[in-house]
Amino acid sequence: MAELTYREAVSRAIAQEMDRDPTVYFIGEDVAAAGGVFKTTEGLMERFGPKRVRDTPISEQAIIGAVMGAAMNGLRPVAELMFSDFFAVCWDLIANQIAKTRYMTDGQVALPLVIRTANGGGVRFGAQHSQSVEGWAMAIPGLKVVVPSTPVDMIGLFAAAVRDPDPVIVVEPKVLYASKGDVPDGEIVDELGAAKVLREGEDVTIAALGAMVPKALEAAERLSTDGVDAEVIDVRSLVPLDTTTILASVGKTGRFVTVEENPRLCGWGAEVASVVAEERFFDLDGPLVRITTPHIPLPAADALEDLAIPSVDAIADRVKKATMD
Amino acid sequence: MAKTSPAIADETVRLDMYRMMQEARLFEKRAQDLFLEGLIKGTSHLALGQEAVAAGFAAALRPEDLVFCTYRGHVHTLLRGAPMAALMAELMGRATGICGGKGGSMHLTDVSHGAMGSYAIVGAHMPIAAGAAWAAQERGTGQVVVCFFGDGTTNIGAFHEALNMAVVWRLPVVYVCENNLYMEYTPIGQVTAVEHPAADRASAYGLEPIVVDGNDVEAVHETALRLVERAREGGGPALVEAKTYRHGGHSRADPAKYRPEDEVKEWLARDPIPAYRERLLASGVDAASVDRIEREALETVDRATEEAKAGPFPDPGALETELWADGGSAWRS
Repeated sequence: MAELTYREAVSRAIAQEMDRDPTVYFIGEDVAAAGGVFKTTEGLMERFGPKRVRDTPISEQAIIGAVMGAAMNGLRPVAELMFSDFFAVCWDLIANQIAKTRYMTDGQVALPLVIRTANGGGVRFGAQHSQSVEGWAMAIPGLKVVVPSTPVDMIGLFAAAVRDPDPVIVVEPKVLYASKGDVPDGEIVDELGAAKVLREGEDVTIAALGAMVPKALEAAERLSTDGVDAEVIDVRSLVPLDTTTILASVGKTGRFVTVEENPRLCGWGAEVASVVAEERFFDLDGPLVRITTPHIPLPAADALEDLAIPSVDAIADRVKKATMD
Repeated sequence: MAKTSPAIADETVRLDMYRMMQEARLFEKRAQDLFLEGLIKGTSHLALGQEAVAAGFAAALRPEDLVFCTYRGHVHTLLRGAPMAALMAELMGRATGICGGKGGSMHLTDVSHGAMGSYAIVGAHMPIAAGAAWAAQERGTGQVVVCFFGDGTTNIGAFHEALNMAVVWRLPVVYVCENNLYMEYTPIGQVTAVEHPAADRASAYGLEPIVVDGNDVEAVHETALRLVERAREGGGPALVEAKTYRHGGHSRADPAKYRPEDEVKEWLARDPIPAYRERLLASGVDAASVDRIEREALETVDRATEEAKAGPFPDPGALETELWADGGSAWRS
């Protein structure tokens, strides 16, 4: 067991899979010699050589296209998209090509590839380097999407993504790169499509994702002093979505709250809430509640960004109100 | 433009290229007829008049090589060896189609023959082809990737990103621009900064500018052999501009009235298929052999059409299959 930062967990995850499988390659902008702009890939080039860990030009279409083509021809490539906001400059390759090709060819083409990307706000980068875009990927049939919230989940879910025969987007909340957690020694492999109940409770189910998970846990601790016993679920995987765990929890608590970093409209919580409403309506003791960023681009100033993204205070207040309905 | 049309020494190859062009032409004309009969729905983008580019390259490739093409890709897929009946059935929306009816005209794919897909978003396949070549290079497979695209592609970003990366990584990929003078409906010269949309960009990536007569199957074949083998030996990528002409419009919806009559007339007179027939005869191939190829090509298309027509429509159960590698499409666990 060792305590690792999330950023150290990223490089350990990649190293674990590259060590195991010689067909795993890793490319991206500044990922090799520089070790990544977030220092998440330090030491990988030295360990695996400049061909398996390779710097690319600033050409996101070429990067994503390259991993698709390589996956069609015998590699299991991993691409880093430096900021998830850059999905917008290579979305054709992701949404039209990678996501659809297996279906369009009736299964002739398998695409075992992974795209990892730094996502979300909290680091004062402004509107074009802070978005939470996991919902974009979730909306396209043919993409699997996971969002690890701890160092150990980063390793386990990344390993599961690399070993999966389908394209997987691994969304890393960049505000968590400095966070720490215990990581067992040895190989770590998790599974896609499994949410985790992080805190058991009887009064309300809080489903959170990514950087909102530690905030939801802290809010739950605070709520417990006010006599509200919250269950906290780390959703972890948007596609496949572990509706079993979520619905079972709602069946027990009768109340459901999502905590989402994304702007309001069409966030992942809207889909999850619709499933709860369709399938557990008669178990509910009150309205569904979605806590999100307002429907705005994220501002850069710390005072404004902190107002925009759901805070521990805001989560605790909204959940408390909801349980009093 | 290269003026030489060197005779290809091997008569088997020459006759095979003639057969390929005949089959490609008759297949697409049949597809046009079936559309008019209501048996083919949707849209399609025919390569009538451009067959020499596909045939000249197809004859230069090995079975393990990979080809990427565009929505104007019936011919490239067919000439890689994809079964004609399954291609026709795909156009007709049948379960026996090469993609089970899920792809359609713009997405014909036959991985088992190295036809790695027809890409319907302009330029998308340029970096994908580079990626396939990267895997070939790293795995040491000896494969060469050939990527066909239209002149319009030269003005989209993916074209430039892919060429740059292919050169920097010295990838075994040959990019082939089929310059048919029109990007969809608009003359390519009207919207492009240079005269030769692909070749004039080559030097920006340190590549040799190559323009070849795309209606001369032997010139195409000679160029293909040189560049494919160079790529196979580690010589890196190439960019070829093959000048050709689309006999019809951009797609079914387009009567192509925007093209000057004398231009159309001039290019129809340079139809690559009758021109090659004449050259074969002039070089001493007997007329009976050429006639037989034409007759057999028609029989092949007739048989494929009947087989495709007999194919069943997709079973409703197929709708939600093959999104994932487990064969299904579940989004929840």
